[in-house]
Amino acid sequence: MGVAFDEMKGHDGTAVRPAYGELDRWLKEVPPDVLDYRRREAELIFRRIGITFAVYGEADATERLIPFDVIPRIMSADEWRRLEKGLTQRVNALNLFIKDVYGARDILRAGIVPEDMIFRNPAFRPEMNGQTVPHDIYVHIAGIDIIRVDADTFYVLEDNARTPSGVSYMLENREIMMRLFPELFSRHRIAPVENYPDELLATLRSVAPLSTAKEPNVVLLTPGVYNSAYYEHSFLADKLGVELVEGRDLFVKDEVVYMRTTQGPQRVDVIYRRVDDDFIDPLAFRPDSILGVPGLMSAYTAGNVTLANAVGTGIADDKAIYSFMPDIVKFYLGEEPLLKNVPTWRCREPEHLSYVLDHLPELVVKEVHGSGGYGMLIGPSASKIAIEQFRAKLKTAPDNFIAQPTLALSTSPTCVEQGVAPRHVDLRPFVLTGRNGVRIVPGGLTRVALKEGSLVVNSSQGGGTKDTWVLDK
Amino acid sequence: MLSRTADNLFWLSRYVERAEYLARILDATQRLSALPLAYVGTGNEWESAVLTAGCASSFFKAYETATEENVTDFLAFSTANPSSIRNCFEMARGNARAVRTALTGEMWDAINGTWLELKRFGNGPSSREETSRFLRWVQESSLRFDGSAYRTMLRNDAYWFSRLGVYMERADNTARILDVKYHLLLPDNERVGGPLDYFQWAAILRSVSALTSYHWVYRESLKPWLVADLLILKEEMPRSLASCYEAIVRNLDAIATHYGRQGPSQRQARGIRTRLQNSKMDGIFQRGLHEFIGEFITENNRLGLAITEQFLQ
Amino acid sequence: MRIRIAHTTTYTYDAPPKLVTQVLRLTPRNHDGQYVVNWRIDLSRDCQLYQREGAFGNISHSFTAEGPFDELSVSVEGEIDTQDTSGIVRGAVERFPPALFLRDTQLTEADAAIIDFAEATRAKSGGDTLGLLHALMAGLNESFAFDTEPTNVTTTAAEAFKLKRGVCQDGTHVFIAAARHLGIPARYIGGHYCRRDEEGPQDAGHAWAEAYIDKLGWVGFDPTHGISPTESHVRVAVGLDYLGAAPVRGTRHGGGNESMKVSVHVAPASRQSQSQSQQ
Repeated sequence: MGVAFDEMKGHDGTAVRPAYGELDRWLKEVPPDVLDYRRREAELIFRRIGITFAVYGEADATERLIPFDVIPRIMSADEWRRLEKGLTQRVNALNLFIKDVYGARDILRAGIVPEDMIFRNPAFRPEMNGQTVPHDIYVHIAGIDIIRVDADTFYVLEDNARTPSGVSYMLENREIMMRLFPELFSRHRIAPVENYPDELLATLRSVAPLSTAKEPNVVLLTPGVYNSAYYEHSFLADKLGVELVEGRDLFVKDEVVYMRTTQGPQRVDVIYRRVDDDFIDPLAFRPDSILGVPGLMSAYTAGNVTLANAVGTGIADDKAIYSFMPDIVKFYLGEEPLLKNVPTWRCREPEHLSYVLDHLPELVVKEVHGSGGYGMLIGPSASKIAIEQFRAKLKTAPDNFIAQPTLALSTSPTCVEQGVAPRHVDLRPFVLTGRNGVRIVPGGLTRVALKEGSLVVNSSQGGGTKDTWVLDK
Repeated sequence: MLSRTADNLFWLSRYVERAEYLARILDATQRLSALPLAYVGTGNEWESAVLTAGCASSFFKAYETATEENVTDFLAFSTANPSSIRNCFEMARGNARAVRTALTGEMWDAINGTWLELKRFGNGPSSREETSRFLRWVQESSLRFDGSAYRTMLRNDAYWFSRLGVYMERADNTARILDVKYHLLLPDNERVGGPLDYFQWAAILRSVSALTSYHWVYRESLKPWLVADLLILKEEMPRSLASCYEAIVRNLDAIATHYGRQGPSQRQARGIRTRLQNSKMDGIFQRGLHEFIGEFITENNRLGLAITEQFLQ
Repeated sequence: MRIRIAHTTTYTYDAPPKLVTQVLRLTPRNHDGQYVVNWRIDLSRDCQLYQREGAFGNISHSFTAEGPFDELSVSVEGEIDTQDTSGIVRGAVERFPPALFLRDTQLTEADAAIIDFAEATRAKSGGDTLGLLHALMAGLNESFAFDTEPTNVTTTAAEAFKLKRGVCQDGTHVFIAAARHLGIPARYIGGHYCRRDEEGPQDAGHAWAEAYIDKLGWVGFDPTHGISPTESHVRVAVGLDYLGAAPVRGTRHGGGNESMKVSVHVAPASRQSQSQSQQ
């Protein structure tokens, strides 16, 4: 991998790119101790409002803060417009793909995606086969992870079509930046993100079951306080003005979903669910789940409630399916994909596997169904032992892995102990799809790998976040 | 409002109230046990504290005799005792966390701050002085939480359910003291007990923070039947059964009006309040103080179930 | 052969529940080997039954019964005409290509022991799939003892294989795990078996497996009896494992403990079973 593209200074590090002009001037004016003081202030605010997340495998640290970096990541209006078009195209294709996979199966007949990659995939839900969902929308909320490798090239790293999280950080980061750096804001014109909850609510309402007579009743279903994203769930419920429910608050009677209230049962029309498919209905999926609602799938297949996202959308964000996305876009939309895919080797294919085994030290190998940066190998930074251990895993179950080249994620100026230095970043914009089409608030969650040289931006692996600014020109 | 939210608010208040009550019991017992035996008799004050806290059976499974040390530890810090002060605050905070968006920032700060500070006391104070400080801190924490609820919550069903929790718990606590100490309050006790019981009466009043109020209400020296009258029938005394039921009925009525529907809990609460209003101490003593209290506890529990059934599940 | 089936599940509650929700897969469909002459479902409580086709083409019913009640019973009753097709299933409702039935589930995951058993059986048998599957079935039928005690509905194939004991469900799971390991699509069948040797009620339905063989299609294998299904087998539901074909999946809200009693009468229709279910 070569020298990473820097969002502020480009490839060669000499000229400041136009979008970062003001920031560069400001960074030169502001004394370092002021920056540091604001950084600590930001941390205090985060701690006070209680934005925390749980880290798996850390017994004593069940509530921790995700580090917040006070230097924003900036995109020009042009860059954003291109990204927006590409994201819209991608999510439209995802929805068409899921509808097809659970319906006509045209793409399988056309031989574009191999049949067994769908049917043998645990994320494919036989229960959804032949079902229709309101307005044919499956992925109402998508989080598409984008990385940038040079001035013109954005890659999609991952499609998150199940229950993408992180949007609360997008909103809170902006809020905090406006409080801490009013003078920096006054020197820019930045597209707002604070209308995201309104857009989300409008999206959710627009996909209510066709039979809903009056104003649809929308709720947010959380696994509960012990879930790592619980803060986000309660934050969003609050901003949306909808009830934050757990499985035990809901019940199904005669194929209609109700919530238990102090005034008796109240009908529920749309469930923004942050509970995974496996746990959502013990009568249809895992029988030992106590997080779900018994009978929910009956109500769902009867068309009496909308689940957002739909059940079975995992088939579209599977990493092995990901490698087919350019073909999927072409197949359904007849267009060239606007956003590139990272070149991907599917280890299930023997010739790909042998390439991967020969080039492990250069590659990133990921579990097909994994997420959150767990269970992956980053060749260039892994020890010899780790590589050999991974090689064994890869050989026993090649189907479970894909491999990609180690990409030089772009860097962005970041406040670190030694001052301001470039650190690698990615971007997760949130794409909403409702009856009236796709909406994307300009921005998203920028994640930053705080360790020097590190390419892992996941919060569970020591990543932080930044506010993301889209300028109006 | 979600039933679970109402349930969390109700229990949040109950646990905070219970923690305060336990602190008061320990405080009063500490004072009693500091007196020479000649003033208070030979009864085991610490055993009586366990009884009034309502956890005798679990206590005696762990200990043979009640001493200052083990009772203080059991009621205040034990993780094994589900309703120790520590566990009450843990449970309160757990309930609060589950309904954070239904709380005001001040309430969350109060309960979360208490929970964070609790950790600083570690496994419990090492000296009597520290214990006193701890018990004062518990009472202050409860006051702060109660005050922040009172001053910052919207007056809607969330508020009413949280108040119901306070008064249901308070009524239960006052009744429990009366149940354990009733024999000290019988009218003929003055002759039998004389000065020996004076400090016991004072301790009872202290556990419900009514020692000063007593003098303001009766302008007399301590008389057992007046102590009973104050704790049972005086509506102006905030921890009396009558006062608790005045508040319970008021809050249940507010809910009923808001929802446009009466139910079993409203009817039951009004029934209990009416009986308290129509009672006189003479009559209660004639029928038997102990029986009266026993019936009250049963009815209070039944109302708790009715509230759960009607709103909280 | 005409088979008459009466299948009753009775739940008794020591404290009445508020709400009982169940999903039933109790209704057989037609294929070349069986024809449903008549069939009905009865619930002891008045409530709406909703019928739909489930994931694998099973007919499922769901209902919600509002309490309080002390007892709830679900009965199905009807007559089926069957004929022997040498275990080959044709004309059944198929919603997926066979590849789907290569998926592992929690209940049917092959552990090292099952893999050894599968590989050893393959090594011994010739190259042909049908022969291999028969060898698997025979091996299980020999080594596996029928025993209702040690296993329950959550027992996995690996656990049962270690015990070498279990009910028809367990043997079927092991068969499926082994077949899938060998790359042969296999699935779980819930149904009934008409025993001619004895009368009186049984306390459970029956279960066996089907495996997919190129050119032949789906073929049944009943490890419990060591045979391919005959005209004595009535096929009711298909799944990846027991959970997907379970006759009843339910939950209840409120109330205390529940006890369940199942009584299944399966008999040739000509001599209708008069026996009473025992208490």
